[in-house]
Amino acid sequence: MTTVKDRVPAIEGWFSTGDSPALIGSRCRSCGTYAFPRETLYCRNPVCDGTEFDEVSLSRRGRVWSYTDACYKPPPPYVAADPFVSFCIAAVELAEEKMVVMGQVVAGVTVDDLAVGDEVELVLDVLYEDEDHEYLVWKWRPLTGELQGSPLAGEVGARNGTGAAGGV
Amino acid sequence: MDRDRQVAVLGIGMHPWGKWGRNFVEYGLAAARAALADAGLSWGEIQFVSGADTIRNGYPGFVSAATFAQALGWSGARVASSYAACASGASAIGAARAQILAGLCDVALVVGADTTPKGFFAPVGGERRDDPDWLRFHLLGATNPTYFALYARRRMELFGATEQDFASVKVKNARHGLDNPNARYRAAVTAEEVLASPMVADPLRLLEICATSDGGAALVLSSVEFAERHGSRSPVTIRAVSTVTPQFPQTVIEMPNFATDSAVAANDELHPGFRRSIALAAYEEAGIGPEDLDVAEVYDLSSALELDWCEDIGLCKEGEAERMLRDGDTAVGGRIPVNPSGGLACFGEAIPAQAIAQVCELAWQLRGEAAARQVQGARVGLAANQGLFGHGSSVVVAR
Repeated sequence: MTTVKDRVPAIEGWFSTGDSPALIGSRCRSCGTYAFPRETLYCRNPVCDGTEFDEVSLSRRGRVWSYTDACYKPPPPYVAADPFVSFCIAAVELAEEKMVVMGQVVAGVTVDDLAVGDEVELVLDVLYEDEDHEYLVWKWRPLTGELQGSPLAGEVGARNGTGAAGGV
Repeated sequence: MDRDRQVAVLGIGMHPWGKWGRNFVEYGLAAARAALADAGLSWGEIQFVSGADTIRNGYPGFVSAATFAQALGWSGARVASSYAACASGASAIGAARAQILAGLCDVALVVGADTTPKGFFAPVGGERRDDPDWLRFHLLGATNPTYFALYARRRMELFGATEQDFASVKVKNARHGLDNPNARYRAAVTAEEVLASPMVADPLRLLEICATSDGGAALVLSSVEFAERHGSRSPVTIRAVSTVTPQFPQTVIEMPNFATDSAVAANDELHPGFRRSIALAAYEEAGIGPEDLDVAEVYDLSSALELDWCEDIGLCKEGEAERMLRDGDTAVGGRIPVNPSGGLACFGEAIPAQAIAQVCELAWQLRGEAAARQVQGARVGLAANQGLFGHGSSVVVAR
């Protein structure tokens, strides 16, 4: 018999759940500067005295600024699957917020499937689990290939060859 | 530059870099004694001790200046301890320099030493859910090489850098460090060997990412007058110490952050980017420009990052570092040698000692004491580095 584990955020207050999950950031009421994770004390903009912030959902889509992978198991407090499975990490540019946000890329995507400038969408996925819970975190899912897709369609690999992707 | 703003490098000392796991105090003490001997001073003549802290060695590491002072024998010297991650050494040099320039002391000892665990740097212990350094490991599995790799991939995308270019940096630095008695790795490598080493964080491979090391470095700094009184007629002098922070908005993702600053309120005002601003502040303070440099030590945490630094300290325009490397400009014997010590590629990183070690190397170069790695006729050198959480580190020395 299998039991369904409760799914809980790996960290409170950093992202919303539901059908269209989003990162929760802040926006300064004085100058409009966004922050992630959200700012609660003083605005990061040195010429702004703002201390009041709106909690806002950040854009769910952005474009890859750069990417890499983790070929070796990161040390604790990362909770790695056993056996360890390598994963990709992307830094993603959000146009409206004019900022770059990092995140893991969904399982099954390799660096060969990614290219700078690719459009990605935020999803929630399991980061790790224990006996009672699955802990959720945000991840980036490529939209360039098949929408649902991992592993991605060949179209993405072809694009990789056109640019400056070196020997990858 | 105005003589009143210079301090003399009177003594240089290092404990070799390696991996022994012994108490960091031992390495710092050896470096301090070597620097004192090199300066021809006794410990009792030191008026101020400036320590660069280590955070992985318990309480003694947090109060490093007092730890080293006690190890040398309590003398009543004044102390200050600095922590600025990889920039800790520059902070400690800056603190000593300020004391000397303010006339509060004539002669100071700067010491940094570390003992490091194996493998990836992990955050220091304890569950800290309000510490981005703890959280980036927990939520992303983002190690230090993750960030180095993001920059490397970006270089490939923007400037057409290749894996071969990155490997060539390692080959050059390995060659530089071959005969450096303080380097941990003293073996030539070929590009083929680099490219055959295991991928760690694509596109960076094991031989392209700096190791974590044990080591210690020390400097005796003094007023120019004090140096002259002690028979040092033409000492190497420090002309600038840049410990600047970034300028808002910081639009490049930096360790250990999850996100950059948002640039929506920035009115498209351009600032040069953090690494570039670190060097600019150093040049401005020294009253020189990149064209005046004979030698540079930059923080090659990864092979690819050295190429970023070459541009950030103004040795060439953006996107031209690969060409400089291919032309041999940054090798010893070339137009502007970079990392003649062998850099982190040959040393690995002993965090609080590293920025001090950069200055040790430059001072040896300017004295003409760098043996097989000597940059002929070197008169002006710059060291550049960057510490986690926004610590700039750049030092200009001249003779």
